This record gives sequence, C-alpha cells and structure tokens, in this order.
Amino acid sequence: MSAPTMSRSDRDGLARRPWRGTVREYDLFKELTVALVVVGLVIVGLSAIFGSPDEPSVTLKSWAQAEPADFVATATAELGGTSETAGYGPPYNTTADATQTIGAFDLQSFSGVQLPIDTAKDLVITPLTTLNAPPSAALDAWNAASDTEKTDWTAAYTDALTNAPDGDPAQVVTGDYGPVPVLTDALLTMASQGALDGVLNAQQSFYNNDYTRTILFLGDGAYFGDLATAAHLTGDQWGMMNETGNTPGQSWLWLFSFWYQIEPFASAPNADLLVVLLMLVLSVLLTLVPFIPGLRDIPRWIPIHRLIWRDYYKKRAAGRG
Amino acid sequence: MSIREERKTEPVEEYYTWTGKARGWLLKHLPADKLLPQDQPSYVASWIYVFGMGAIVSLVFILVSGVVLSLNGPAWYHVSDFGHFVNSVHLWSVELFFMTMVVHLWGKYWMAAWRGGRTLTWITGMGAFLVSIVAAFTGYLLQTNFDSQWIAFEGKDALNASGIGAWFNVANLGQIFGFHIVLLPLAVGAVVALHVILVRMHGVVPPIDAAETDAQLSGPDRTEATR
Amino acid sequence: MHPLISYFASLDSPGVYLGWGAFQIQLGNLIVILVMILLFVLALFLPFPSGKKRP
Repeated sequence: MSAPTMSRSDRDGLARRPWRGTVREYDLFKELTVALVVVGLVIVGLSAIFGSPDEPSVTLKSWAQAEPADFVATATAELGGTSETAGYGPPYNTTADATQTIGAFDLQSFSGVQLPIDTAKDLVITPLTTLNAPPSAALDAWNAASDTEKTDWTAAYTDALTNAPDGDPAQVVTGDYGPVPVLTDALLTMASQGALDGVLNAQQSFYNNDYTRTILFLGDGAYFGDLATAAHLTGDQWGMMNETGNTPGQSWLWLFSFWYQIEPFASAPNADLLVVLLMLVLSVLLTLVPFIPGLRDIPRWIPIHRLIWRDYYKKRAAGRG
Repeated sequence: MSIREERKTEPVEEYYTWTGKARGWLLKHLPADKLLPQDQPSYVASWIYVFGMGAIVSLVFILVSGVVLSLNGPAWYHVSDFGHFVNSVHLWSVELFFMTMVVHLWGKYWMAAWRGGRTLTWITGMGAFLVSIVAAFTGYLLQTNFDSQWIAFEGKDALNASGIGAWFNVANLGQIFGFHIVLLPLAVGAVVALHVILVRMHGVVPPIDAAETDAQLSGPDRTEATR
Repeated sequence: MHPLISYFASLDSPGVYLGWGAFQIQLGNLIVILVMILLFVLALFLPFPSGKKRP
C-alpha cells in the first residue's frame, strides 16, 4: 500500500499503534527537574519584582464616612424596597419578572429563593434594634405602618434627597417622611462608627463567613461601583478579567468578558444568561473538536504542523528522493 | 498447591480476580516502559513539547504555595511580609500555569493531537483547562481585599442567572474557601493526572500524514509494522 | 530597581489601559497574551537540540 492512496483510517492506524520507527533518547525525570528549576526561578523572580496587589477592602464604615449622602440614599432604598437587591428576584427574594430568562427557560426562578433577604428588615430595621439606644419611637412607627405608608414615606424622602444640594440629608426640605429620616440617620451613625459592619456580618452570632448581605448592601450604593469603575473592574470595562493596578488578572476570561462589550449582549436584559450559555456551548465545542468535521480539519488546511515536525518531513523527503 | 505450580509454569499469567484483571489491564495498557520511558519517537523534537511539562511544574508551585497560604488562613498575607511573598508566588504560578497550558493547547490543536484514539486525552486536557478556570475564580474571591469584594458582587449575576448562585454563593467566604482549597484542587489534580496517564498510555501522536513507507519507520521491528 | 519596573510594580500606580473602541485591555493582561504568542512562535521556529539517537 502506498501513502497517497491511503484513507484517513489507515493513517490513523499508524497513529493508533505503538511507534516502531526511529527513536531519540528522552529523560522524563530530567525534563521534570530542569522545568522545576527554570519555572521556579521565573516565578520567584516575577514575585520578587512585581509582588501581588492587595487593594484594601471597603467597609460600610468607610462608605458611610466617605459618602454619607450616598449611604443615606441607599438605606432609604433598602427601606422602601426599591434597591437593586430588593428587586433582584431569586435567590434573594421573589420579585416578579426580575429573573433573566430566554422565553420560558428560567433557571434563576428554578433555583428558588435559597438566600432570602428582606432588605428593610435585614439591612436596616434589625441592625438598628441591636443598638444600646435604638431609635425606639421611629422603629415602632415603622413597624406599625402599613405597606402603603412605608412606600409613600420612602418615595417622598428619596425625592427630597435627590433634590437636596449634594443629596445632603441635613438640607432636605421638610415633608411627610414618617420615621424614615430618623432611621436612616441612625443607621448612618451606626455605620460610620463601625458597628454596622459587625452586626451585618455576624448576624446575631459570633462566627461568620458569609458576606452576602454586606456585599449586596455595598453594591446597592454608588460608592462601591464608582471605586470599581475607577479601577476598571466593571462589566462594561472587561472588568472580569482585570486585576487592580497593572498586575495581570484572569486574562483567560477574555472571551467571557468580550461578549458583554458587543451587541446584542451589551444591552440585553438577560445578558448574563445568554453569555453563560454561549460560553457553555463554545466550551463544549472546543472539548469535542476531535468529533467535529471542519474544526478538526483546520490543522490539515493550515499546515503549522509542517513547522513543528519539520525534521520529520525533511528526512522523509530526503529518504524518498 | 499443584494449581499454583502449574500456573507458574504457564507462559501467560491468568487473571481470575477483579484485582488481577485490573493488574492485567494496567500491565497491558500502561507497562512500566510506557509510564517511565527512556526514549521517544524521533519526531518528538520541538520546543512545543515542553509546555505541558511547564504547566505541570507551575501546578506544583501553585499547590506548594497554596498549602503554605492555607496553613495560615486567607487573611495572613495582608499582615505578613512572608505571607505576601507566598501570595505573590501563588499568583504568578497561576499566571504561568495558564500561559503554559494555553500554549500547550494551541500546539496540540495544530498537531491535531487527538488522532489515533487520543480523543479522551484531548477531552481531559480541556477538562483540566475549564476546571482550572473555576479554581482560579474562587481564588480571586478568596483575596479578602477590594478586588475579591467586587468580583463577588459582579460575579454573582452570571451565576444567579444560570441558577447556580443559590448553591455556589460567591459572597459566602466559608463556602468558597472549601471549594478553593479542597474540592477544586482535587478536581484539577485528578483531571491532570488522568490526562498525563492517557498521554503515557497512547504515546505522542505521530506527524500528520506520516506513512508506513517513511524511512523513519524502518526501525528494527519494521517487519512487524507492516503486519 | 529600574524606574519603569518600579512604576509598574508599584501597587499604588493606576493601571494602564489601552483601548480601540469596544476593545479595552489592561496592560498587564496584554503583556501576558503577547508573551504567550511569543512563546508559541519561538517554540515553532527555534531549533530543538538534537538528542542522542538510538537504533
């Protein structure tokens, strides 16, 4: 049988059985040792020169001190149930039509409310009750109020804050805000003294490793997002693959980040779901490349292998000549 | 005892237990000279072949630095100079791990290295890549600094939208810690080990269009090769 | 330390970002990707030392 008439399965047969041709000496353990030394030196060198970034974390305390107006506006939104978290839907709450779907395909609802958060109660009211001197009158007024009253108060106070110079709570015009200003001001004081971080994280317990509530509260404000924007970390800045400063980040997420930058994903309300599914499909495609005609044939069409095995092909040509 | 003696004289060992059959299968498919070879086919002569080893060695440095970090807890590197250096080593070994792994992947793609019954080798290699991405992501969440705070806030949306966030909560440090220092390293280690064993079992893929008539195939066993 | 290295090595220095329209990349990530491409090309073209041949 001569080579040109051979079918692919015959050639595969050659790839399938152990090699019986010429060999060269190869020392696996020596290669391992050399690689350990070379890669080790590179790693230690890079670590010594560039180190690693460690931008200090932000706290509710630092937020309340740096941007008290933003903090009060966010606390008002948590009370009124108008914050991003309050309207998020599963897994935090049951807000209607909040989930990302493709038609009837709704994985977010399917997971259910596994991490329930009532923003008014969990982020504002309950923390205030842990104070030595809680604003009892305001808390009682809030707890006794109807849902409509609560909505009206917070909506009115939100508008008033928006209209006040710099959103400063001290310069809000008088109006019917119920106990809301007292509650949010008490929470601001609590936060700027550092007490809210501990109370929210500990959740009435000594130990805690779960920062869900604090992260969500931080994210509902503008302060946290502004810091992230300044550090080029947000989604529309390819943020997922970035690290703070100049240190390389998760550059392997480039394709994942890329989809968020272009249409139709950039403005899709269900962008996350679309991108996740697309990346899932692409990952499966790359994993199954050996079975996909076309994709598996590109290496034959673009003969980079001629460079890799140039010695082999050269010797073969010489042997035939 | 007579049976035993009879067995001894038999040229081929008979496997009659699960253990024996497993041993027989391993000896047949992964004999010692395949597992720890002293030579390779002459076509294995390119720098592109060193990147797999580069990735494995980077993984060794990731594991060693990761063990040191985990012995001291995720907040240690904020307060200790040595801890910060170990953290830097961990970061840079991860960067090198992905760089060498990706170059390895490119090389194997252009060699069409899945030929000749090596599809599972390709699939496990891709598995190692994808599991490593998840492992690295959980590592970024464990930094306990501003970057990890933001990644937790930002990363939750994709996970929640796909229904995973309820059980894989990126803001739950205890959960992510368990994933990062136990489950995902075990997964990466297992997939990489399987990948390496498969590479040794099947050997390095021959050049595209290598043919039986090539002079380089005229080794000592040429007569057997032609069947 | 070379001032350029110390600039990029400094944790305080703000990141350098390069962008072309929707494409935006942090300098560190760009360098990593370029180094990968460079390694790949070098691996293709650099001659590999010939090992001992055995019959």
